[in-house]
Amino acid sequence: MTDIKKDKPLSEKSETKVAGPDAGRRRIIKGAGAVTAASALSVPMILVPPRANAATELNMIAWYGHGEPDMVEEFEAMHNVKIKAKYYAGGDNMLALISQSPPGTYDLVLSDGEFVKLLKEAGYIEPMDPNEYNMGDLFDEYSHFDAHWMGDTLYSVIVRFGYLGVSFNTDIISAEEASDYNILWDSKLKGKVGHFDWHLPNLGCLSLRDGNDKPSPFDINSSQWSKLQETTLSLKPQVGGYFDYGGTFASLKNGEIYAMCGIGDWITGVVRKDGSPVDSVIPKQGGIQWTESYSIGKGSKKQDLAKEFIRYITSPKGQVRSIQMAAYPGMSPYKSGWTAINEANPEEAKRQRMTFDGHNCIDDLREGRIHFRQTPVQQSLEDWNDFWSEYKNA
Amino acid sequence: MSGNDTLLPGRPGPQRRQVTLYGLTWSMPIVIWQLIFFVFPLIFLVVLSFWLVKNYRMVPGFDTINWVKMFSKGYFWDAYWRTLGYAGVATIVTSILAFPCAFALAFKVSPKVRRWALFFLIVPFFTSYLVRTYSWQIFLNDNGIFNTLFAFVGLGPFQLLNNFFGTLVGYLTLCLPLVVVLQLISLANVDRTLIEAAHNLGCGRLRTVFQVIIPLAKIGIILGAVFTFILTFGDFVSPYYLGGSKPPTLSILIIDTTKSGQQWPRAAVVAIVMIVTLLTIMFASVAAAYRKRT
Repeated sequence: MTDIKKDKPLSEKSETKVAGPDAGRRRIIKGAGAVTAASALSVPMILVPPRANAATELNMIAWYGHGEPDMVEEFEAMHNVKIKAKYYAGGDNMLALISQSPPGTYDLVLSDGEFVKLLKEAGYIEPMDPNEYNMGDLFDEYSHFDAHWMGDTLYSVIVRFGYLGVSFNTDIISAEEASDYNILWDSKLKGKVGHFDWHLPNLGCLSLRDGNDKPSPFDINSSQWSKLQETTLSLKPQVGGYFDYGGTFASLKNGEIYAMCGIGDWITGVVRKDGSPVDSVIPKQGGIQWTESYSIGKGSKKQDLAKEFIRYITSPKGQVRSIQMAAYPGMSPYKSGWTAINEANPEEAKRQRMTFDGHNCIDDLREGRIHFRQTPVQQSLEDWNDFWSEYKNA
Repeated sequence: MSGNDTLLPGRPGPQRRQVTLYGLTWSMPIVIWQLIFFVFPLIFLVVLSFWLVKNYRMVPGFDTINWVKMFSKGYFWDAYWRTLGYAGVATIVTSILAFPCAFALAFKVSPKVRRWALFFLIVPFFTSYLVRTYSWQIFLNDNGIFNTLFAFVGLGPFQLLNNFFGTLVGYLTLCLPLVVVLQLISLANVDRTLIEAAHNLGCGRLRTVFQVIIPLAKIGIILGAVFTFILTFGDFVSPYYLGGSKPPTLSILIIDTTKSGQQWPRAAVVAIVMIVTLLTIMFASVAAAYRKRT
């Protein structure tokens, strides 16, 4: 998350709000760019173009982008291997795809932290030996990441993480205003609040708005759950739409949506690169954390190569690629990753606040402002999903 | 009057036709196709609706819980009536907008112009519907082409995206060219001598259209409307990308249901309800199209 106050040039670049012919033309061109990009992003979620023939194939199931050349081409060249990626959108989708495939289909399973336990319980992943990975290089906060351990056994190795809070159009609202979830109810945002169409991050952020930060916005009792539903429903008149990744990208870029909660730099970092006046902040009530980690698929016949890939992607070289991943950026939980990105691209290191001097992204965790995104503790996932459907229909 | 019954040949005549081996052989591919890709999947869909989901895995069984759960949810019925309403409005609007165009092409232009018009009506189908729908965002967003043009004359900005208007634009993109073509084929087959006879008997232009031409072309008009209803009732792209999924339709509800918790059996319930609705509407419409005037 960048501090918008330190980042004047971008907001100055997009000061045109007068509907003159030039402004109109620029907006149309920007809108066309957004639509083209969004089309490109939304269409190929399941298609990965074939690359040159290689001796071995390593099958990966991952969020979009992890199997693209910017992430894997170096590893493929080093090991004469072709990484074949099957992309999913959301942990439920991942579980479904794995459950529909015979054991051993996927050598590598990239998962959000909250789904690792479910993967283990379903018997889809292998136990891992922590000594085989760069665990000693992790920041303390991630060295024994609860979601990845079942008892004393490790099942997943973290690769990257990010924060979710409020993302906003800097031409319309300031970073200070966005630093409070209540801005979403502001009259100037009527019909201009968007939702990334997944209940967990949205309800998690709104739960924080209700003050449910201890022990977690996802661990709430029945009265807190009722209050959260009430809060969420009261936001409905403000809502302009519910979007998938491509739609979220396009709606922020073409200015159709002014603010969203439950997303973060993983979206706005990409939109900003295209010159749009958007940014993300962690509101004063706190934010949600996403993590992505690699597990080894149950029954994989290429476990050594899969381990090699995990070692590569968690190495400084791999982390530099991961931090700058073209599809969506992510922060590194590895100290050597921070050192490497500060050498390779200090601006990006600063933008994502991965600097050793001054307040950095790990400090947010240490201050207790960030809460791990997880499945609901006291309600069933079905309850939350049902309510989300009700909310969309309200 | 049955001026354009040639559009859909095969109406049972007074004498029952014998089924020959020759005819059976040639019609088998479509029968096999329908069995493999419609009947069997439909049976599986019904079976699936009684399965359960445990730990994100579907477990074969026979439990009516999915039907009970979906039918007891208010949001399911909201989405059902909304989808029905959206498809109904889209059908009426598309049919009304298509008719003058089809009429002009059938009766007012030269055959050469008609051929070119047909070509241009088919051209949009060369491009993916998803891409065509996405491209509407350039025109409809707050800073898009339409609002920029409105701004030149001091109007707007208008909310054209992420509402029913946006969805309707998407539906028209999907259906209008097809409906124009269907209506055009039907109108082109109308017997001109009957129109002339109506005029000779003193029937005015407007009355001729409503009492002679439309009844003669009703099969094509109704088929166009049925296609529109079927396509829009099940469409996911327009309500999601132009309507902002706000509020959702049944097809979006299917996506939501499968996306969270992998409730494919409950999604199957929604799908079966949609299929039953469409079959009912289709049979009623086809019956109306072929009903003889008394």
